[in-house]
Amino acid sequence: MEIRENTISILVNNKPDVMARIAGTFSGRGFNIETISVNVTEDPKVSKIVLTTWGNQDTINKIEKQLNRMVDVLQVDDLTGKDSIRRELALIRVKKGEQTKELLQAIDTHRWNIVSSDDDYCVLEIPGDKGIIEEALATLKPLGMDDFTRTGTIALARRTNNK
Amino acid sequence: MLTGSQVLFKMLEEENVDTIFGYPGGAVLDIYHEMARHDIKHILVRHEQGAIHAADGYARASGKVGVCLVTSGPGATNTVTGIANAYMDSIPVVVLTGQVPTAMIGNDAFQEADITGITRPCTKHNFLVRHVDELGRTIKEAFHIARSGRPGPVLIDLPKDVIQAVTDEATLSYPLSFAEDVVEPIEERCAEALALIRQAKRPLILAGGGVLLGRAWGELEAFAKTINCPVTASLMGIGAFPGTEPLWLGMLGMHGTYYANMAISACDLLIAIGVRFDDRVTSKVDAFASRAKIIHVDIDPVSIDKIIKADVSIVGDCKPVLQLLSQWATNDRTFTGGEQTKAWLAEIADWKAKVPLSYCRGERIKPQYVIEKLYELTKGEAIITTEVGQNQMWTAQFYRFDKPNHFISSGGLGTMGFGLPAAIGAQVAFPDQLVVDIAGDGSIQMNIQEMATAVQYNLPVKIIVLNNGFLGMVRQWQEMFYGKNYSQTNMHYAPDFVKLAEAYGAKGLRATTPGEVVRILQEGLAAPGPVMMDFQIEPEECVYPMVKPGMPLTEMALGKPAAAQ
Repeated sequence: MEIRENTISILVNNKPDVMARIAGTFSGRGFNIETISVNVTEDPKVSKIVLTTWGNQDTINKIEKQLNRMVDVLQVDDLTGKDSIRRELALIRVKKGEQTKELLQAIDTHRWNIVSSDDDYCVLEIPGDKGIIEEALATLKPLGMDDFTRTGTIALARRTNNK
Repeated sequence: MLTGSQVLFKMLEEENVDTIFGYPGGAVLDIYHEMARHDIKHILVRHEQGAIHAADGYARASGKVGVCLVTSGPGATNTVTGIANAYMDSIPVVVLTGQVPTAMIGNDAFQEADITGITRPCTKHNFLVRHVDELGRTIKEAFHIARSGRPGPVLIDLPKDVIQAVTDEATLSYPLSFAEDVVEPIEERCAEALALIRQAKRPLILAGGGVLLGRAWGELEAFAKTINCPVTASLMGIGAFPGTEPLWLGMLGMHGTYYANMAISACDLLIAIGVRFDDRVTSKVDAFASRAKIIHVDIDPVSIDKIIKADVSIVGDCKPVLQLLSQWATNDRTFTGGEQTKAWLAEIADWKAKVPLSYCRGERIKPQYVIEKLYELTKGEAIITTEVGQNQMWTAQFYRFDKPNHFISSGGLGTMGFGLPAAIGAQVAFPDQLVVDIAGDGSIQMNIQEMATAVQYNLPVKIIVLNNGFLGMVRQWQEMFYGKNYSQTNMHYAPDFVKLAEAYGAKGLRATTPGEVVRILQEGLAAPGPVMMDFQIEPEECVYPMVKPGMPLTEMALGKPAAAQ
């Protein structure tokens, strides 16, 4: 069975220990969390966690069953395929120096957003799917990239599934 | 207005809790102060591990939710083994732990432990109550979680200030709505299952702990007899089907009977109910029930297709599933007269005759003999708890259980020291029944302090110590796989169990020769109050059959190699 990156969206009760419980279950059962993102939904008592994990379909089935069993988990959705949109955001700091000319060209070509700039540094804000982010990082590495922070992948289904 | 303590007892009364097993401490002083004003029975143990195992044994014997109460810090951490034990065997217990005041949480306060963090992986769910207004609702939810679906332990951490604070009674009265577990309709899956059962010439039922938790033993017996299908069980399923019935094959697996292991390897249809296919049952997974189609009934979807892939899986409560299958099968001519499975049952009878459970008599007392005699003298009606290891396996093999919830044993976690406190719990649940703990000399020392509990409350538990001077099961593995290198398994430095029992105020008896066994058993079982019987058994006796790790179930060692005898 094919191993691939899977994106899972989990609606949970917004309680202090829910993240700990989910992280603990993943580690205890030997599942990995590649990226994770969490925030409240329209209902402040409900949060949405989106995480990505590597595995084949068998593993994903096991993960979903483990999640569904938890008291504070309300709903689990697999948002891996074409029916969903997945995005990340990266903030990338670049040190200005010898490559500044190429840097500015690259920024211009890709139309990246500069959110901070002074004499020595600038910070770029780059949204996109994983491929776009990784391409940006690869491009900026030789151009003075200093540090970066990436969010976890977030995802949303294109249409509502009537459950 | 009610204090948190008052809320606690009010909610326990609403949940029909009549017994708490516990041990006081600073963090729970207010609870103990309030306790005196209520009718609830409290059993004071001598170690918090005794409290949780007793609550567990109480739950297994009675089917009710067991409750234990301990203080913060070390009191709470002392229950972790027992909580993990209940978690592995899916036993409904609610563990109430004291906690430091909310303002001090996280400051490394005196007797503070992050017990909710520590028990997160081994509780079905746990709660830290941060405000007294949440307390009533939390307790109600905890009991619901403990007993619903696949049962399990639930821990409630109670900070001292929350217990002391006051709340309005209104916080107890709003209706609690639980997200109802979605119950999938079972008819279609049952029809698929029945279609397979109709075609099967060599069916076999494998009953697990789930049948007992689902209280479906009656339905199981009716179903098995309707379709004339033999029945085997995991350790946790013992008692789910009457042990004296001809269709019963005994336990299967690593130390299962020869005929149960042969049957599961030859069957063409395996009907697995309330089992989770633990490695002690399956051994080599690829070779397990390799000729069979598999029907798997379980209330927890996690167990389905986790280790063994099912051909037909039915997620649900086994009681209605068995009822429906029985009902349909009764009206189905395929099963009338039992013609379909006649040849199969004859094949199994052959195996039973060829390799029955056996042992050799000798000059020393044989543990199997003690259990056989115990069975006879108690007419198979005692509630038996066991410790872990050889004592546990011999009990599972040689005592036949006709009644459910009479065999109480730590299966999943295999916790030594479980038997004595569990026997205490079972005795509290059934004061008028004979309760016997079968132990080894190693296991019995792990929670020996609970002898004081048994004596204090005059709980007449009978403890049979199968004393071989070794950590028996480990020694057996060292004999079989490590060239008899008995590294650290020699337990000859043990107390005089008779004097030890007497020091606690209980009766102590000893048998050293086979001729004394029956007399000591009779005397011990008949004596009032708690009794400890020290049976000095053959030191290097092994449990057979044994399926060596990684081998298919058909390859069993049936006795010691000839040279060794």
